[in-house]
Amino acid sequence: MTIIDDIESRLTHHGDKGNVIYRHRIATRITHWTWAIALFFLLLSGLQIFNAHPELYIGKQSGFEFDNSVLSMRAMQAADGKVDGYTTIFGQSYKTTGVFGMSGPADNPSYRGFPAWATLPSYQDLATGRVIHFFFAWFFVAAFLVWFVASLISGHLRRDILPSRADIRGLPKSLSDHLRFRFHHDGRYNVLQKLAYAGVLLVIFPLIILTGITMSPGMNAAWPWLLDVFGGRQTARTIHFVCMALLVAFFLIHIFMVVAAGPLNEMRSIITGWYRTDPEKKEEHTA
Amino acid sequence: MSGFIINRRRFLTVAGAAASAVTLSGCGAFDGFLSSQSPVRDVLASANSLTYRVQRMLIDADALAPEFSASEVRQGQRPNGSTDPTDADYLALKEKQFADYRMTIGGLVEKPLSFSLDELRNMPARTQVTRHDCVEGWSCIAKWTGVPLATILDEARVKPEARFVVFHCYDSMDLGLSGAVRYYESIDLIDARHPQTILAYGCNDEALRVANGAPLRVRIERQLGYKMAKYIKGIELASTLAPYGSGKGGFWEDLGYEWYAGI
Repeated sequence: MTIIDDIESRLTHHGDKGNVIYRHRIATRITHWTWAIALFFLLLSGLQIFNAHPELYIGKQSGFEFDNSVLSMRAMQAADGKVDGYTTIFGQSYKTTGVFGMSGPADNPSYRGFPAWATLPSYQDLATGRVIHFFFAWFFVAAFLVWFVASLISGHLRRDILPSRADIRGLPKSLSDHLRFRFHHDGRYNVLQKLAYAGVLLVIFPLIILTGITMSPGMNAAWPWLLDVFGGRQTARTIHFVCMALLVAFFLIHIFMVVAAGPLNEMRSIITGWYRTDPEKKEEHTA
Repeated sequence: MSGFIINRRRFLTVAGAAASAVTLSGCGAFDGFLSSQSPVRDVLASANSLTYRVQRMLIDADALAPEFSASEVRQGQRPNGSTDPTDADYLALKEKQFADYRMTIGGLVEKPLSFSLDELRNMPARTQVTRHDCVEGWSCIAKWTGVPLATILDEARVKPEARFVVFHCYDSMDLGLSGAVRYYESIDLIDARHPQTILAYGCNDEALRVANGAPLRVRIERQLGYKMAKYIKGIELASTLAPYGSGKGGFWEDLGYEWYAGI
C-alpha cells in the first residue's frame, strides 16, 4: 500500500470544510502523553537534583582544586558586602538574583540554583527529587522503546519522521513560509516538523537516556564504554543538562505551534487520532 | 484557513494558563504527596527496587568500576558528611594516632575477630585509582589502598544465613531535635565480596586523613559516596536490616535516600 493509499483509505470527506484524517496511531498518542507527564516530573525533579550541586563540569571529575567548570549558579558576596545570585557560564558571571543562584522573598532569600517554583519538591530535598526522577525515568525509557519499535514496524519513522530527499529540497521554501507564519495543514509533517521531531526523538531522547545511564556508578562497571563515548561522567552530566534545556526550548515552540495551528484540532488529533486538514485550495499554497 | 493570522490574545491566554499551572506545580502543590509519610512516596520509591534488580541482572558480580591512571589524581579527595568527629571514644583513639584502634567483625560469622591498624596494613593490600561519585552530583578521582573486605569475611567465615554487611561508625550525625545518631551503612554480599571493595587505610599515598574517614573507611566503587562509611568501628554480618536505625539500612536511607546507590 502506498502512502497516499494509506492516507486515503483513512479519509472521511467533509466537503469544503476539509477532510478528517486518522493522523496519530494509538502508539504515538499513548507514548506522547506518557512522555508529557514523565518529562514534566523529570524536569522539576531534575532541577531539584541539580540544586544539590549547582555546577557543571567538563571531564571525568569535578575540579575543586582546578577549574573545569562550565556553568554554576551560586550566591556570592560582592566587595561591598551585598549578596547576589550569580550564574557563571564559561567563566563569565551574570547577576541572576531572583531566579538563579538566589531567589525567594527579599528579606529571607534562599541560596539555591533553580528557584522553588521550578523544583519538586519546592523545598530542598535531594532524596525525594531522586525518588521522583528515577520513577518517571523508567516510564520515559519504556515509552521510548515502545515508540521506537512500533514506529519502525508501522513505518511511521520512515514515512513521517525521517525527512526525505524531497523534504530537504523544500527546506528553504518551508523556512520562508514559517517565517511568514504561513502554515499548510495537509495532514503530513513538513520538513521543519520532521527535523524537529527527528531531532527530539532520535537524537535528544537517546542522548538524555544514555547520559543519565552514564552517571550511574553501577552501570559504569557494566558499560564502561559509555564514559568514553561521552568524555567522562561529569561531561555526561553536562550533556544531560543541555539536553534538558533543549527539550524545554522544544516544548515552548511545540506549545506555540499547537496554539498557532489551531489548538482544538491539534489536541483532538493527539487524543483521538483524528485531524481535520485544510480544504483543498492548491493556488493559495503556491501564492 | 491555510493562511494563518496569529491571534495574539488567544495565544497569551493559553500561554498564561500553562505558565501558571507550571508555577503552581513547583510552588508546593505536590509537596504533600512527596513527604516521607505519604503512600504516594512509597509507590514512587518502589522504582528503586526495580533499578536494583535490573542493575544486578545487567552488571556482572565481579565487573570492575573504571580505574584511572595515577596522573588523573589532580586534587585531594574532597571530604563530605562528617569531616571531624567529636565523639569521645573517637577523640581518644585519634589522640594516640589510632594505636589502640581495633576493627571488629561479628554478627553472623563463625569466628568473631578484631584487627589492629597494623594487622590490617600487613595483610595483602589492593590499591586502586577510582572515581568517587557523591549523591550531590560531583565526582573526584583518588588513589585508595586497603584490605579487600572479602579477605576479612573469609577469615571470619560468614554464616550461610547472612545477607548483609553492616558498617558501624564512630561519627555521630546531628538530627536536630531528635538528637544525634551514629552513622551506619549496609551493603549486600555481592558488593561486599566485590574485588574493589576494600577497607581503605590509605588515600593518595598517605595514611587516610581524618576528613576522609581515618583510620578506616570502606570503598564500594560501584555505588555512591554515602554508602562508603567512614570512621569504621566494626562490621556486622546480618540477615535483616530491621534492627539498625530506622531499619532502612543506613543513616541516609533512614532519611529517604535509596539503599541501593548504584544509580
